[in-house]
Amino acid sequence: MWAGILVASVSCYALKLAGLSLPQRWLQDPRIQRTVPLIPIALLASLVATQTFSTGRHLVLDVRAVALLVAIVAVALRAPFLVVVAVAAATAALLRALQL
Amino acid sequence: MFTGASQFALVGVVGAGGSVWAGAAAAALLGSRNALYGIRLSSLLNVRRWRRFAASQFVIDETTAMAIARDEPSLSRYAFWATGVALFLFWNTLIGALATHALSNPKVLGLDAAPPAAFLALLAPRLRAREPLAIAFAAAVVAIAVLPFVPAGVPLLVVALLVTLFGLLRK
Repeated sequence: MWAGILVASVSCYALKLAGLSLPQRWLQDPRIQRTVPLIPIALLASLVATQTFSTGRHLVLDVRAVALLVAIVAVALRAPFLVVVAVAAATAALLRALQL
Repeated sequence: MFTGASQFALVGVVGAGGSVWAGAAAAALLGSRNALYGIRLSSLLNVRRWRRFAASQFVIDETTAMAIARDEPSLSRYAFWATGVALFLFWNTLIGALATHALSNPKVLGLDAAPPAAFLALLAPRLRAREPLAIAFAAAVVAIAVLPFVPAGVPLLVVALLVTLFGLLRK
């Protein structure tokens, strides 16, 4: 476990250092410039989907889907990051407390 | 590891029963954007020697946005370091507080609904055009479609591979 966390931490730091240190032209290939910004978009979208609609390896539809809808509304209203997270968590907690 | 999306990704994969290595791979892939930020920042910040090692840790979405929004290099440098230090202190305090309190029963507080909302909030500013929006939807569909058939965390790696191929091979 800790080895994995350490490797992830070192990788994330190394990527940042590489950006500041590598010769500018290495990473200025237009294909790389185009592709790298797409990776977080795809991964973040996958994370939203999998963490909302699954438990382990099972697809499930529960209060987290409602919480996600509320979060989408909050994002559309340009709520700050912590507010978006808080209203989503509060929605799930409230629905569970009401046994829905 | 000071880059929020990667932290959440690692915790999310491990929390879903995935291997820590799949989580680490997802975290590193999400961190790849920081390398591009670094390229943009290196000309603005003009960091040398030991300062570069300190500056690296602060290369994240927020500091980059604050630094490149300034017109003067001196203001950019100030914005970068101020944002970096402030967020570093705030973020680590928050994560520490959540980690010590949340683990008792995350469902009661709705904390299992918090990470998707956090990812959504990080994702939203990147979706201001049609293509990123289409990629986001396609990625979500692919991830859900493969999820029942592969170990936890692997859907993310499948999506990362596909989007990389898409980016590199597209005309």
